[in-house]
Amino acid sequence: MIKAVVTVVGQDQTGIVAGIATTLAKHGVNILDMSQTIMSETFTMSMLVALDAADSFDDIYAAVKEEGARLGVTVHVQRQEIFDTMAHI
Amino acid sequence: MDTTQIRETIQMVKEDNFDIRTITMGISLLDTVGGSVEETAKNVYKKITTYAKDLVAVGQQIEREYGVPITNKRISVTPVSLIAGNADEKEILVLAHALDDAAKEVGVDFIGGYSALVQKGFSHGDLALIKSLPNALTETDVVMSSVNVGSSKAGINLDAVKLMGETIKVITDKSDTANSKMVVFANAVEDNPFMAGAFHGVSEPDVVINVGISGPGVVKRALEQVKGESITVVAETIKKTAFKITRVGQLVGTIASERLGVPFGIVDLSLAPTPARGDSVAEVLEEIGLEQVGTHGTTAALMLLNDAVKKGGVMASQGVGGLSGAFIPVSEDAGMIDAVKAGTLSLAKLEAMTSVCSVGLDMIAIPGETEATTISAMIADEAAIGIQNNKTTAVRILPTNGTKVGDMVDYGGLLGTAPVMPVVDKSSADFINRGGHVPAPIHSFKN
Repeated sequence: MIKAVVTVVGQDQTGIVAGIATTLAKHGVNILDMSQTIMSETFTMSMLVALDAADSFDDIYAAVKEEGARLGVTVHVQRQEIFDTMAHI
Repeated sequence: MDTTQIRETIQMVKEDNFDIRTITMGISLLDTVGGSVEETAKNVYKKITTYAKDLVAVGQQIEREYGVPITNKRISVTPVSLIAGNADEKEILVLAHALDDAAKEVGVDFIGGYSALVQKGFSHGDLALIKSLPNALTETDVVMSSVNVGSSKAGINLDAVKLMGETIKVITDKSDTANSKMVVFANAVEDNPFMAGAFHGVSEPDVVINVGISGPGVVKRALEQVKGESITVVAETIKKTAFKITRVGQLVGTIASERLGVPFGIVDLSLAPTPARGDSVAEVLEEIGLEQVGTHGTTAALMLLNDAVKKGGVMASQGVGGLSGAFIPVSEDAGMIDAVKAGTLSLAKLEAMTSVCSVGLDMIAIPGETEATTISAMIADEAAIGIQNNKTTAVRILPTNGTKVGDMVDYGGLLGTAPVMPVVDKSSADFINRGGHVPAPIHSFKN
């Protein structure tokens, strides 16, 4: 199992959380933590997720990216170590 | 989950041009020597295409998974003169082509190591390699070359300095841009992942992964937060920022090394600018408090920057190596170009800056009619700064035919655009033509 951070940024509208979460669920991705806010009308969301080895990172990334495009938001998926590495010894 | 950290990391990549500049695979060619140059070339091609076959794919996968761009994937090899001892200047070209073909086959951006180490004198292969450079650099596309002409231990080979000045002129007559693929070193390092000077030293293992990271934009952004504060705070801020970005290099290097099954060598944190605005070392120096780079105080600001970068990097990585510090190329740095155009930054000031930066006179355009002995004298000056101060120095100077001072020369892509700079018109010929050897400085006698 690997942990990753999904970040979503874009124009707020109905269904962003639902769309992204549903796509992740379809691929067996478990959401461990999430934080969502509206900063000067921009929707921003970060999710800490656990990827099952069953589905590859690339496939999951492609699926949420596609869902992001449908919703008109930008989605990034990055493995969690990159954030830990920079901030912790 | 700390969203502040997530935002900070994403901002570094998306807005501040932070990148892993290169994953460089060092490959020893010492076991490729055959009975003839053709046989050696065949072995070289085979070894490189076997060892590095997954390098690009692994690099791209890491980029996708971690969201950090890895701008270049490169290869460095054993200095070619060492495996071509019996070749002449024509035969050795077969090896240049073997490197070029192998690099293209595996899809890397550059291959470095068409090199010779001649600080104490020339071997047969060294001379063949240097004499072949005008053809090698114009007949190949991704082969990079370096020649080491001096070291703190050996002094300066003035014959080599003279020969390199002449060689640069011959290359200029064949191509306006080929000189950007070659660098003349003093105190060259054996594990440098940056081009044009990367080669795989003889004391290195059979194969190794070295990582070069950059990020002047990230340092500038951090310094914007401490405007007006004391210089102590500036040094601390640079150190902390260098630590953070070196950690990413360490992570990427570790993963690449695991996935490729190759030992991890070093991380080289070098603030290497690109022509993009916001990715400039000059702008970092200006943020420290200079109206424009090149004015009085530039050397001091650069010394502080270079030193703080090294200090921050050292603790962040299992092994810091290469050149680590700040590069000050002219053509690749928007702020440097502006300063030259404005008349603030001169060649003399650049030379002073090289005594405290991580390398030397880099990517500087000069008029095509500059005498070979004048170019040699520039190389001699840089080598002297290097060997006396126990640091690496280098010259990558670009005489361009048919240009005059102030003209702009375009080198394309990451190599950028350089304004042609004035050179002092008094001769150094009698000095260079003496030839011989500048003895090693007294502090080299430490045994």
